[in-house]
Amino acid sequence: MKILVCISNVPDTTAKINFTADNKSFDKNGVQYVINPWDEYALTRAIELKEAKGGTVTVLNVGEADTEPNIRKALAIGADDAIRVNAYPKDSFFVAQQIAAIAKENSYDIILMGKESIDYNGFQVHNMVGELLGIPSVTPAFKLDLLDDTTARLEREIEGGKEIVEVKLPFVASAQQPMSEPRIPNMRGIMTARTKPLKVVEPVGAEAKTSIAAYSKPEKKGGVKMIDPENAGELITLLRNEAKVL
Amino acid sequence: MSVLVFVEGLNGEIKNSSLEAASYGSQVATALGATATAVAIGDVNEAALARLGEQGISKVLFDADARLKQFVADAYVAVIAAAAQKENAKVLVFSNTGIGATVGSKLAVRLNGSLATNVTTLPKTEGGTFTVTRSVFSGKAFADVELTADVKIIAVKKNAIDISRNSGNTATVENFSASLADADFAVAPKETVMQDSEGGILLPEAERVVSGGRGLKGPENWHLVEDLAKAIGAATACSKPVSDQDWRPHHEHVGQTGITISPNLYIAIGISGAIQHLAGVNSSKVIVVINKDPEAPFFKAADYGIVGDAFEVVPKLIEAAKALDK
Repeated sequence: MKILVCISNVPDTTAKINFTADNKSFDKNGVQYVINPWDEYALTRAIELKEAKGGTVTVLNVGEADTEPNIRKALAIGADDAIRVNAYPKDSFFVAQQIAAIAKENSYDIILMGKESIDYNGFQVHNMVGELLGIPSVTPAFKLDLLDDTTARLEREIEGGKEIVEVKLPFVASAQQPMSEPRIPNMRGIMTARTKPLKVVEPVGAEAKTSIAAYSKPEKKGGVKMIDPENAGELITLLRNEAKVL
Repeated sequence: MSVLVFVEGLNGEIKNSSLEAASYGSQVATALGATATAVAIGDVNEAALARLGEQGISKVLFDADARLKQFVADAYVAVIAAAAQKENAKVLVFSNTGIGATVGSKLAVRLNGSLATNVTTLPKTEGGTFTVTRSVFSGKAFADVELTADVKIIAVKKNAIDISRNSGNTATVENFSASLADADFAVAPKETVMQDSEGGILLPEAERVVSGGRGLKGPENWHLVEDLAKAIGAATACSKPVSDQDWRPHHEHVGQTGITISPNLYIAIGISGAIQHLAGVNSSKVIVVINKDPEAPFFKAADYGIVGDAFEVVPKLIEAAKALDK
Protein backbone atom coordinates (compact mmCIF):
# COMPACT_ATOMS: atom_id res chain seq x y z
CA MET A 1 0.00 0.00 0.00
CA LYS A 2 1.53 3.30 -1.12
CA ILE A 3 -0.02 6.36 0.46
CA LEU A 4 0.72 9.97 -0.49
CA VAL A 5 -0.11 12.67 2.07
CA CYS A 6 -0.07 16.28 0.88
CA ILE A 7 0.67 18.89 3.53
CA SER A 8 0.55 22.67 3.60
CA ASN A 9 2.75 24.93 5.70
CA VAL A 10 0.43 27.45 7.41
CA PRO A 11 0.56 30.09 10.15
CA ASP A 12 -0.19 28.68 13.60
CA THR A 13 -3.89 28.80 14.50
CA THR A 14 -3.25 31.51 17.12
CA ALA A 15 -1.10 33.69 14.79
CA LYS A 16 -2.01 37.35 14.43
CA ILE A 17 -2.79 37.97 10.77
CA ASN A 18 -1.01 41.03 9.35
CA PHE A 19 0.05 42.14 5.87
CA THR A 20 2.99 44.04 4.46
CA ALA A 21 2.66 47.83 4.08
CA ASP A 22 1.48 47.57 0.45
CA ASN A 23 -1.14 44.92 1.48
CA LYS A 24 0.18 42.63 -1.24
CA SER A 25 1.67 39.87 0.92
CA PHE A 26 1.26 38.16 4.25
CA ASP A 27 3.58 39.51 6.93
CA LYS A 28 5.57 36.50 8.17
CA ASN A 29 7.24 38.52 10.92
CA GLY A 30 7.07 36.68 14.24
CA VAL A 31 4.70 34.06 12.82
CA GLN A 32 5.14 30.42 13.76
CA TYR A 33 4.35 27.95 10.96
CA VAL A 34 2.73 24.56 11.50
CA ILE A 35 1.51 21.62 9.44
CA ASN A 36 -2.02 22.56 8.36
CA PRO A 37 -4.21 21.05 11.13
CA TRP A 38 -6.57 19.37 8.64
CA ASP A 39 -3.56 17.72 6.95
CA GLU A 40 -2.49 16.25 10.29
CA TYR A 41 -5.69 14.18 10.40
CA ALA A 42 -4.77 12.81 6.96
CA LEU A 43 -1.16 12.15 7.99
CA THR A 44 -1.97 10.24 11.17
CA ARG A 45 -4.67 8.16 9.45
CA ALA A 46 -2.16 7.26 6.72
CA ILE A 47 0.37 6.18 9.36
CA GLU A 48 -2.29 4.11 11.17
CA LEU A 49 -3.19 2.34 7.90
CA LYS A 50 0.49 1.64 7.23
CA GLU A 51 0.94 0.25 10.74
CA ALA A 52 -2.06 -2.03 10.27
CA LYS A 53 -1.51 -3.17 6.67
CA GLY A 54 2.11 -2.41 5.79
CA GLY A 55 3.28 -0.12 3.02
CA THR A 56 4.77 3.36 2.83
CA VAL A 57 3.66 6.89 3.59
CA THR A 58 5.19 9.66 1.47
CA VAL A 59 4.70 13.29 2.42
CA LEU A 60 4.44 15.91 -0.31
CA ASN A 61 4.65 19.67 0.06
CA VAL A 62 4.58 22.30 -2.64
CA GLY A 63 6.63 25.08 -1.12
CA GLU A 64 9.93 26.88 -0.82
CA ALA A 65 12.83 25.77 1.40
CA ASP A 66 11.35 27.39 4.53
CA THR A 67 8.69 24.63 4.71
CA GLU A 68 11.29 21.92 5.42
CA PRO A 69 11.06 22.07 9.25
CA ASN A 70 7.40 21.03 9.00
CA ILE A 71 8.18 18.36 6.39
CA ARG A 72 10.74 16.96 8.88
CA LYS A 73 8.07 17.11 11.57
CA ALA A 74 5.79 14.95 9.37
CA LEU A 75 8.66 12.49 8.98
CA ALA A 76 9.15 12.53 12.76
CA ILE A 77 5.46 11.75 13.26
CA GLY A 78 5.94 8.63 11.14
CA ALA A 79 6.03 9.23 7.38
CA ASP A 80 8.76 7.26 5.55
CA ASP A 81 9.99 9.76 3.01
CA ALA A 82 9.15 13.18 1.62
CA ILE A 83 9.06 15.17 -1.58
CA ARG A 84 9.18 18.95 -1.76
CA VAL A 85 8.19 20.56 -5.04
CA ASN A 86 10.37 23.63 -4.98
CA ALA A 87 7.86 26.37 -5.83
CA TYR A 88 5.74 29.01 -4.16
CA PRO A 89 2.18 27.59 -4.10
CA LYS A 90 0.66 30.23 -6.38
CA ASP A 91 -2.91 28.98 -6.33
CA SER A 92 -4.98 25.81 -5.91
CA PHE A 93 -4.83 24.85 -9.58
CA PHE A 94 -1.05 25.26 -9.67
CA VAL A 95 -0.65 23.10 -6.54
CA ALA A 96 -3.10 20.46 -7.83
CA GLN A 97 -1.10 20.13 -11.04
CA GLN A 98 2.14 19.63 -9.10
CA ILE A 99 0.52 16.93 -6.95
CA ALA A 100 -0.98 15.24 -10.02
CA ALA A 101 2.43 15.21 -11.74
CA ILE A 102 4.09 13.52 -8.73
CA ALA A 103 1.19 11.06 -8.45
CA LYS A 104 1.46 10.08 -12.13
CA GLU A 105 5.12 9.16 -11.68
CA ASN A 106 4.63 7.08 -8.56
CA SER A 107 1.18 5.41 -8.77
CA TYR A 108 -0.03 5.78 -5.19
CA ASP A 109 -2.97 3.71 -3.92
CA ILE A 110 -4.37 6.51 -1.78
CA ILE A 111 -3.81 10.27 -1.91
CA LEU A 112 -4.81 12.10 1.26
CA MET A 113 -4.81 15.72 2.37
CA GLY A 114 -6.78 17.99 4.67
CA LYS A 115 -10.13 19.34 3.49
CA GLU A 116 -8.68 22.85 3.18
CA SER A 117 -5.75 24.91 4.40
CA ILE A 118 -6.47 27.26 7.29
CA ASP A 119 -4.81 30.17 5.45
CA TYR A 120 -6.31 30.06 1.96
CA ASN A 121 -9.51 28.11 2.89
CA GLY A 122 -9.92 26.93 -0.68
CA PHE A 123 -11.50 23.46 -0.34
CA GLN A 124 -10.37 22.93 -3.93
CA VAL A 125 -7.12 21.00 -4.32
CA HIS A 126 -8.39 17.47 -3.51
CA ASN A 127 -11.19 17.60 -6.05
CA MET A 128 -8.89 19.14 -8.65
CA VAL A 129 -6.31 16.37 -8.13
CA GLY A 130 -9.01 13.71 -8.48
CA GLU A 131 -10.24 15.34 -11.66
CA LEU A 132 -6.72 15.74 -13.12
CA LEU A 133 -5.93 12.07 -12.44
CA GLY A 134 -9.38 10.79 -13.44
CA ILE A 135 -9.85 8.99 -10.11
CA PRO A 136 -12.55 9.40 -7.43
CA SER A 137 -12.26 12.13 -4.82
CA VAL A 138 -14.20 11.74 -1.58
CA THR A 139 -14.40 14.88 0.46
CA PRO A 140 -14.60 15.91 3.29
CA ALA A 141 -14.15 12.47 4.89
CA PHE A 142 -14.07 11.87 8.63
CA LYS A 143 -13.67 8.09 8.53
CA LEU A 144 -11.52 5.95 6.27
CA ASP A 145 -11.13 2.17 6.43
CA LEU A 146 -9.84 -0.41 3.99
CA LEU A 147 -12.29 -3.25 3.35
CA ASP A 148 -9.66 -5.24 1.44
CA ASP A 149 -6.68 -4.53 -0.82
CA THR A 150 -8.80 -2.93 -3.51
CA THR A 151 -11.70 -1.20 -1.77
CA ALA A 152 -12.04 1.52 0.86
CA ARG A 153 -15.06 2.59 2.85
CA LEU A 154 -15.32 6.25 3.76
CA GLU A 155 -17.78 8.36 5.65
CA ARG A 156 -18.05 11.92 4.51
CA GLU A 157 -19.84 14.86 6.03
CA ILE A 158 -22.76 16.39 4.16
CA GLU A 159 -25.04 19.18 5.34
CA GLY A 160 -27.20 17.76 8.11
CA GLY A 161 -25.77 14.26 8.01
CA LYS A 162 -23.28 11.86 6.52
CA GLU A 163 -22.78 9.69 3.47
CA ILE A 164 -21.15 6.28 3.38
CA VAL A 165 -19.14 5.70 0.22
CA GLU A 166 -17.21 2.69 -1.04
CA VAL A 167 -14.55 3.31 -3.66
CA LYS A 168 -11.97 1.29 -5.52
CA LEU A 169 -8.32 2.21 -5.11
CA PRO A 170 -6.71 4.45 -6.23
CA PHE A 171 -8.62 7.47 -4.96
CA VAL A 172 -8.18 10.90 -3.39
CA ALA A 173 -9.76 11.81 -0.06
CA SER A 174 -9.68 14.92 2.07
CA ALA A 175 -9.66 14.59 5.82
CA GLN A 176 -11.34 16.33 8.68
CA GLN A 177 -11.88 15.67 12.34
CA PRO A 178 -12.29 13.03 13.77
CA MET A 179 -10.55 10.86 11.15
CA SER A 180 -7.64 10.26 13.52
CA GLU A 181 -6.02 11.57 16.67
CA PRO A 182 -3.02 13.68 15.57
CA ARG A 183 0.26 12.58 17.16
CA ILE A 184 3.11 14.50 18.73
CA PRO A 185 6.51 13.28 17.47
CA ASN A 186 8.52 11.36 20.06
CA MET A 187 12.30 11.63 20.55
CA ARG A 188 13.03 8.53 18.48
CA GLY A 189 10.88 9.89 15.66
CA ILE A 190 12.68 13.22 15.74
CA MET A 191 16.08 11.47 15.60
CA THR A 192 15.18 9.16 12.70
CA ALA A 193 13.46 11.97 10.76
CA ARG A 194 16.85 13.61 10.19
CA THR A 195 18.04 10.70 8.07
CA LYS A 196 14.81 9.93 6.20
CA PRO A 197 14.91 10.88 2.49
CA LEU A 198 13.59 14.32 1.54
CA LYS A 199 13.73 14.75 -2.21
CA VAL A 200 13.51 18.24 -3.70
CA VAL A 201 12.11 18.40 -7.25
CA GLU A 202 11.47 21.32 -9.54
CA PRO A 203 7.83 22.14 -10.45
CA VAL A 204 6.23 21.08 -13.71
CA GLY A 205 5.24 23.93 -16.00
CA ALA A 206 1.78 24.95 -14.84
CA GLU A 207 -0.11 28.18 -14.99
CA ALA A 208 -1.90 29.69 -12.03
CA LYS A 209 -5.39 30.86 -12.94
CA THR A 210 -5.87 33.33 -10.13
CA SER A 211 -3.68 35.98 -8.57
CA ILE A 212 -4.06 37.91 -5.34
CA ALA A 213 -4.16 41.65 -5.96
CA ALA A 214 -4.41 42.78 -2.33
CA TYR A 215 -5.30 41.70 1.20
CA SER A 216 -7.45 43.54 3.72
CA LYS A 217 -8.75 43.00 7.21
CA PRO A 218 -12.37 43.06 8.39
CA GLU A 219 -13.68 46.32 9.85
CA LYS A 220 -13.40 46.47 13.60
CA LYS A 221 -16.62 45.93 15.51
CA GLY A 222 -18.21 49.08 16.96
CA GLY A 223 -17.74 47.82 20.51
CA VAL A 224 -19.87 45.62 22.69
CA LYS A 225 -23.08 46.85 24.32
CA MET A 226 -23.39 45.30 27.78
CA ILE A 227 -26.77 44.35 29.21
CA ASP A 228 -27.56 43.99 32.91
CA PRO A 229 -27.98 40.27 33.70
CA GLU A 230 -30.85 41.11 36.07
CA ASN A 231 -32.68 42.55 33.09
CA ALA A 232 -31.51 39.99 30.50
CA GLY A 233 -34.82 40.04 28.61
CA GLU A 234 -33.82 43.50 27.35
CA LEU A 235 -31.43 41.71 24.98
CA ILE A 236 -34.33 40.19 23.06
CA THR A 237 -35.90 43.66 22.63
CA LEU A 238 -32.60 45.08 21.36
CA LEU A 239 -32.11 42.19 18.93
CA ARG A 240 -35.54 42.88 17.48
CA ASN A 241 -35.70 46.69 17.47
CA GLU A 242 -32.06 47.79 17.21
CA ALA A 243 -30.14 44.97 15.51
CA LYS A 244 -33.27 43.82 13.62
CA VAL A 245 -32.26 40.17 13.58
CA LEU A 246 -35.30 38.68 15.33
CA MET B 1 -22.87 34.50 -23.53
CA SER B 2 -24.49 33.99 -20.16
CA VAL B 3 -24.00 33.65 -16.45
CA LEU B 4 -24.95 30.19 -15.21
CA VAL B 5 -26.03 29.66 -11.59
CA PHE B 6 -26.27 26.21 -10.01
CA VAL B 7 -29.11 26.05 -7.47
CA GLU B 8 -29.43 23.34 -4.82
CA GLY B 9 -32.73 21.95 -3.59
CA LEU B 10 -33.67 20.87 -0.10
CA ASN B 11 -36.95 18.98 0.41
CA GLY B 12 -38.26 20.36 -2.91
CA GLU B 13 -37.52 24.01 -2.11
CA ILE B 14 -34.42 25.99 -3.06
CA LYS B 15 -31.83 26.55 -0.33
CA ASN B 16 -31.42 30.15 0.84
CA SER B 17 -27.72 29.91 -0.01
CA SER B 18 -28.75 29.15 -3.60
CA LEU B 19 -31.20 32.09 -3.67
CA GLU B 20 -28.20 34.22 -2.68
CA ALA B 21 -26.14 32.68 -5.50
CA ALA B 22 -28.98 33.34 -7.97
CA SER B 23 -29.20 36.98 -6.84
CA TYR B 24 -25.42 37.24 -7.22
CA GLY B 25 -25.46 35.66 -10.68
CA SER B 26 -28.17 37.93 -12.04
CA GLN B 27 -26.33 41.03 -10.78
CA VAL B 28 -23.16 39.82 -12.51
CA ALA B 29 -25.18 39.21 -15.69
CA THR B 30 -26.62 42.74 -15.58
CA ALA B 31 -23.14 44.22 -15.12
CA LEU B 32 -21.80 42.21 -18.08
CA GLY B 33 -24.84 42.73 -20.31
CA ALA B 34 -25.55 39.00 -20.29
CA THR B 35 -28.51 36.82 -19.28
CA ALA B 36 -28.70 34.81 -16.08
CA THR B 37 -29.67 31.16 -16.43
CA ALA B 38 -29.94 28.63 -13.61
CA VAL B 39 -29.37 24.90 -13.65
CA ALA B 40 -31.06 22.64 -11.10
CA ILE B 41 -30.71 18.93 -10.52
CA GLY B 42 -32.76 16.40 -8.60
CA ASP B 43 -34.74 17.18 -5.49
CA VAL B 44 -36.50 20.47 -6.25
CA ASN B 45 -40.03 21.24 -7.48
CA GLU B 46 -40.77 23.19 -10.65
CA ALA B 47 -42.87 25.88 -8.95
CA ALA B 48 -39.91 26.76 -6.73
CA LEU B 49 -37.68 26.93 -9.83
CA ALA B 50 -40.10 29.27 -11.63
CA ARG B 51 -39.95 31.61 -8.63
CA LEU B 52 -36.21 32.11 -9.31
CA GLY B 53 -37.48 34.93 -11.57
CA GLU B 54 -37.70 36.93 -8.33
CA GLN B 55 -33.91 36.70 -8.09
CA GLY B 56 -33.52 37.84 -11.71
CA ILE B 57 -33.12 34.43 -13.36
CA SER B 58 -34.80 34.29 -16.79
CA LYS B 59 -34.51 30.57 -17.55
CA VAL B 60 -33.92 27.40 -15.55
CA LEU B 61 -32.52 24.18 -17.03
CA PHE B 62 -33.89 21.35 -14.90
CA ASP B 63 -32.58 17.79 -14.87
CA ALA B 64 -35.14 15.68 -13.01
CA ASP B 65 -33.23 12.37 -13.44
CA ALA B 66 -34.30 10.24 -10.45
CA ARG B 67 -30.74 8.91 -10.02
CA LEU B 68 -29.64 12.47 -9.19
CA LYS B 69 -31.97 13.04 -6.24
CA GLN B 70 -28.91 12.55 -4.08
CA PHE B 71 -25.66 14.31 -4.82
CA VAL B 72 -23.30 12.36 -7.12
CA ALA B 73 -20.35 14.63 -7.83
CA ASP B 74 -19.24 13.43 -11.28
CA ALA B 75 -22.78 13.17 -12.62
CA TYR B 76 -23.62 16.68 -11.38
CA VAL B 77 -20.41 17.96 -12.98
CA ALA B 78 -21.38 16.36 -16.30
CA VAL B 79 -24.85 17.97 -16.24
CA ILE B 80 -23.55 21.43 -15.29
CA ALA B 81 -20.74 21.25 -17.87
CA ALA B 82 -23.31 20.40 -20.57
CA ALA B 83 -25.52 23.30 -19.44
CA ALA B 84 -22.52 25.66 -19.47
CA GLN B 85 -21.72 24.60 -23.02
CA LYS B 86 -25.33 24.98 -24.19
CA GLU B 87 -25.59 28.46 -22.70
CA ASN B 88 -22.06 29.53 -23.65
CA ALA B 89 -21.53 30.44 -19.98
CA LYS B 90 -18.41 32.43 -19.17
CA VAL B 91 -19.27 32.93 -15.50
CA LEU B 92 -20.51 30.05 -13.33
CA VAL B 93 -21.90 30.81 -9.87
CA PHE B 94 -22.33 28.36 -6.98
CA SER B 95 -23.07 28.73 -3.30
CA ASN B 96 -20.06 27.86 -1.17
CA THR B 97 -21.54 24.64 0.20
CA GLY B 98 -19.80 21.27 0.19
CA ILE B 99 -21.66 20.50 -3.04
CA GLY B 100 -21.02 23.88 -4.68
CA ALA B 101 -17.31 23.97 -3.88
CA THR B 102 -16.82 20.33 -4.94
CA VAL B 103 -18.56 20.72 -8.28
CA GLY B 104 -16.87 24.09 -8.83
CA SER B 105 -13.39 22.60 -8.28
CA LYS B 106 -13.98 19.78 -10.73
CA LEU B 107 -15.45 22.12 -13.33
CA ALA B 108 -12.45 24.45 -12.99
CA VAL B 109 -10.30 21.57 -14.25
CA ARG B 110 -12.76 20.43 -16.89
CA LEU B 111 -13.51 23.91 -18.30
CA ASN B 112 -9.97 25.19 -17.75
CA GLY B 113 -11.41 28.01 -15.66
CA SER B 114 -10.38 30.25 -12.76
CA LEU B 115 -12.00 29.38 -9.45
CA ALA B 116 -12.62 31.43 -6.32
CA THR B 117 -14.44 29.89 -3.34
CA ASN B 118 -15.65 31.71 -0.19
CA VAL B 119 -16.45 34.83 -2.23
CA THR B 120 -17.96 37.79 -0.36
CA THR B 121 -18.38 40.52 -3.03
CA LEU B 122 -19.65 41.08 -6.55
CA PRO B 123 -16.84 41.25 -9.15
CA LYS B 124 -15.05 44.45 -10.04
CA THR B 125 -14.56 44.52 -13.80
CA GLU B 126 -12.63 47.74 -14.43
CA GLY B 127 -10.02 47.72 -17.20
CA GLY B 128 -10.98 44.30 -18.49
CA THR B 129 -10.00 42.54 -15.24
CA PHE B 130 -12.35 40.43 -13.15
CA THR B 131 -11.65 40.62 -9.41
CA VAL B 132 -13.63 39.30 -6.46
CA THR B 133 -13.00 39.46 -2.72
CA ARG B 134 -12.85 36.21 -0.78
CA SER B 135 -12.60 35.35 2.89
CA VAL B 136 -9.17 33.94 3.86
CA PHE B 137 -7.21 33.10 7.02
CA SER B 138 -10.33 31.50 8.51
CA GLY B 139 -12.33 34.73 8.42
CA LYS B 140 -9.53 36.88 9.82
CA ALA B 141 -8.82 38.62 6.48
CA PHE B 142 -9.97 39.12 2.91
CA ALA B 143 -8.09 38.73 -0.37
CA ASP B 144 -8.91 40.45 -3.66
CA VAL B 145 -8.42 37.72 -6.23
CA GLU B 146 -8.18 38.30 -9.96
CA LEU B 147 -9.65 35.50 -12.08
CA THR B 148 -7.51 35.40 -15.20
CA ALA B 149 -8.94 32.52 -17.25
CA ASP B 150 -11.67 32.93 -19.87
CA VAL B 151 -14.18 31.01 -17.76
CA LYS B 152 -14.72 32.30 -14.20
CA ILE B 153 -16.15 30.09 -11.47
CA ILE B 154 -17.34 31.61 -8.21
CA ALA B 155 -18.63 30.01 -5.00
CA VAL B 156 -20.44 32.65 -2.92
CA LYS B 157 -20.08 32.57 0.86
CA LYS B 158 -23.33 32.23 2.82
CA ASN B 159 -24.94 35.50 3.92
CA ALA B 160 -22.52 37.71 1.95
CA ILE B 161 -25.18 38.74 -0.61
CA ASP B 162 -28.76 39.89 0.04
CA ILE B 163 -31.46 37.87 -1.70
CA SER B 164 -33.19 39.98 -4.42
CA ARG B 165 -37.01 39.84 -4.30
CA ASN B 166 -38.67 41.18 -7.44
CA SER B 167 -42.00 39.59 -6.68
CA GLY B 168 -44.10 38.48 -9.61
CA ASN B 169 -41.19 37.74 -11.97
CA THR B 170 -41.08 34.13 -13.05
CA ALA B 171 -38.44 32.10 -14.84
CA THR B 172 -39.22 29.63 -17.60
CA VAL B 173 -38.31 26.07 -16.66
CA GLU B 174 -36.94 23.79 -19.40
CA ASN B 175 -36.27 20.10 -19.06
CA PHE B 176 -32.63 19.35 -19.55
CA SER B 177 -30.48 16.25 -19.47
CA ALA B 178 -26.93 15.29 -20.23
CA SER B 179 -25.65 11.91 -21.32
CA LEU B 180 -24.23 10.21 -18.25
CA ALA B 181 -21.82 7.28 -18.20
CA ASP B 182 -21.67 4.52 -15.56
CA ALA B 183 -18.33 6.01 -14.48
CA ASP B 184 -20.17 9.16 -13.42
CA PHE B 185 -21.82 7.05 -10.71
CA ALA B 186 -18.63 5.33 -9.47
CA VAL B 187 -18.66 7.33 -6.23
CA ALA B 188 -22.40 7.23 -5.60
CA PRO B 189 -23.18 7.00 -1.87
CA LYS B 190 -24.06 3.54 -0.58
CA GLU B 191 -26.01 5.00 2.27
CA THR B 192 -27.01 8.46 3.51
CA VAL B 193 -27.72 9.07 7.18
CA MET B 194 -29.40 12.32 8.12
CA GLN B 195 -29.21 13.52 11.70
CA ASP B 196 -32.51 14.86 12.91
CA SER B 197 -31.73 18.47 13.67
CA GLU B 198 -34.01 20.29 16.08
CA GLY B 199 -36.76 21.99 14.08
CA GLY B 200 -35.11 20.77 10.88
CA ILE B 201 -32.81 23.80 10.45
CA LEU B 202 -29.49 22.95 8.80
CA LEU B 203 -26.66 24.67 10.66
CA PRO B 204 -24.80 26.02 7.58
CA GLU B 205 -28.07 27.42 6.17
CA ALA B 206 -29.39 28.88 9.46
CA GLU B 207 -30.10 32.61 9.79
CA ARG B 208 -29.76 32.35 13.57
CA VAL B 209 -27.58 30.07 15.67
CA VAL B 210 -27.46 29.44 19.43
CA SER B 211 -24.22 27.81 20.54
CA GLY B 212 -23.03 26.37 23.84
CA GLY B 213 -19.62 25.78 25.40
CA ARG B 214 -18.06 24.19 28.42
CA GLY B 215 -19.72 26.84 30.61
CA LEU B 216 -22.90 24.76 30.37
CA LYS B 217 -21.17 22.10 32.47
CA GLY B 218 -22.66 19.01 30.79
CA PRO B 219 -24.91 17.62 28.05
CA GLU B 220 -27.77 17.35 30.54
CA ASN B 221 -28.03 21.16 30.48
CA TRP B 222 -28.37 21.44 26.69
CA HIS B 223 -32.09 22.09 27.00
CA LEU B 224 -31.10 25.72 27.69
CA VAL B 225 -29.49 26.00 24.26
CA GLU B 226 -32.25 24.02 22.56
CA ASP B 227 -35.12 25.90 24.18
CA LEU B 228 -33.64 29.31 23.33
CA ALA B 229 -32.98 28.11 19.76
CA LYS B 230 -36.55 26.92 19.43
CA ALA B 231 -37.94 30.18 20.80
CA ILE B 232 -36.10 32.28 18.19
CA GLY B 233 -36.11 29.81 15.28
CA ALA B 234 -32.38 29.05 15.42
CA ALA B 235 -30.14 26.07 14.79
CA THR B 236 -27.89 24.80 17.59
CA ALA B 237 -24.10 24.60 17.58
CA CYS B 238 -21.26 24.03 20.03
CA SER B 239 -17.58 24.71 20.71
CA LYS B 240 -14.73 22.23 20.11
CA PRO B 241 -14.32 21.03 23.74
CA VAL B 242 -18.02 20.19 23.79
CA SER B 243 -17.84 17.98 20.68
CA ASP B 244 -14.47 16.53 21.79
CA GLN B 245 -16.15 15.36 25.01
CA ASP B 246 -19.08 13.97 23.00
CA TRP B 247 -21.61 16.20 24.71
CA ARG B 248 -22.77 17.11 21.21
CA PRO B 249 -22.20 15.54 17.75
CA HIS B 250 -19.18 16.70 15.75
CA HIS B 251 -21.25 18.20 12.93
CA GLU B 252 -22.40 20.90 15.40
CA HIS B 253 -18.84 22.01 16.13
CA VAL B 254 -18.17 25.50 14.78
CA GLY B 255 -14.64 26.88 14.70
CA GLN B 256 -11.36 26.67 12.86
CA THR B 257 -11.37 22.86 12.67
CA GLY B 258 -15.15 22.52 12.65
CA ILE B 259 -17.54 24.23 10.29
CA THR B 260 -17.56 27.91 9.47
CA ILE B 261 -20.87 29.73 9.67
CA SER B 262 -22.03 33.26 8.93
CA PRO B 263 -25.58 33.69 10.26
CA ASN B 264 -27.33 37.00 10.93
CA LEU B 265 -27.33 36.24 14.67
CA TYR B 266 -24.89 34.11 16.68
CA ILE B 267 -25.53 33.68 20.40
CA ALA B 268 -22.62 32.10 22.34
CA ILE B 269 -23.40 30.76 25.80
CA GLY B 270 -20.53 29.75 28.09
CA ILE B 271 -17.92 29.98 25.31
CA SER B 272 -14.79 31.96 26.19
CA GLY B 273 -13.96 32.83 22.58
CA ALA B 274 -10.58 31.27 21.79
CA ILE B 275 -9.15 32.56 18.50
CA GLN B 276 -9.85 29.16 16.89
CA HIS B 277 -13.54 29.42 17.80
CA LEU B 278 -13.78 33.01 16.53
CA ALA B 279 -12.37 31.85 13.19
CA GLY B 280 -15.52 29.81 12.63
CA VAL B 281 -18.06 32.50 13.53
CA ASN B 282 -16.46 35.91 13.05
CA SER B 283 -18.37 36.71 9.87
CA SER B 284 -21.71 36.45 11.70
CA LYS B 285 -23.57 39.78 11.39
CA VAL B 286 -24.53 40.16 15.06
CA ILE B 287 -22.71 38.31 17.86
CA VAL B 288 -24.11 37.97 21.39
CA VAL B 289 -21.88 36.63 24.17
CA ILE B 290 -23.17 35.35 27.51
CA ASN B 291 -20.40 34.43 29.93
CA LYS B 292 -19.91 34.70 33.66
CA ASP B 293 -16.26 35.73 33.21
CA PRO B 294 -16.11 39.46 32.36
CA GLU B 295 -12.56 38.90 31.03
CA ALA B 296 -13.68 36.31 28.43
CA PRO B 297 -11.97 37.34 25.16
CA PHE B 298 -15.18 36.74 23.20
CA PHE B 299 -16.66 40.04 24.54
CA LYS B 300 -14.12 41.93 22.38
CA ALA B 301 -15.66 40.40 19.24
CA ALA B 302 -19.28 40.77 20.40
CA ASP B 303 -22.01 43.28 19.57
CA TYR B 304 -24.02 42.53 22.72
CA GLY B 305 -22.80 40.98 25.93
CA ILE B 306 -24.18 39.78 29.24
CA VAL B 307 -21.85 38.98 32.13
CA GLY B 308 -23.78 36.45 34.14
CA ASP B 309 -24.56 32.85 34.97
CA ALA B 310 -26.07 31.06 31.97
CA PHE B 311 -28.39 29.11 34.25
CA GLU B 312 -29.98 32.38 35.40
CA VAL B 313 -29.69 34.47 32.22
CA VAL B 314 -30.84 32.02 29.54
CA PRO B 315 -34.26 31.20 31.10
CA LYS B 316 -34.97 34.97 31.11
CA LEU B 317 -34.08 35.15 27.43
CA ILE B 318 -36.32 32.19 26.60
CA GLU B 319 -39.21 33.83 28.45
CA ALA B 320 -38.68 37.18 26.67
CA ALA B 321 -38.36 35.48 23.26
CA LYS B 322 -41.57 33.52 23.76
CA ALA B 323 -43.35 36.79 24.59
CA LEU B 324 -42.40 38.37 21.22
CA ASP B 325 -45.14 38.52 18.59
CA LYS B 326 -44.11 36.36 15.71
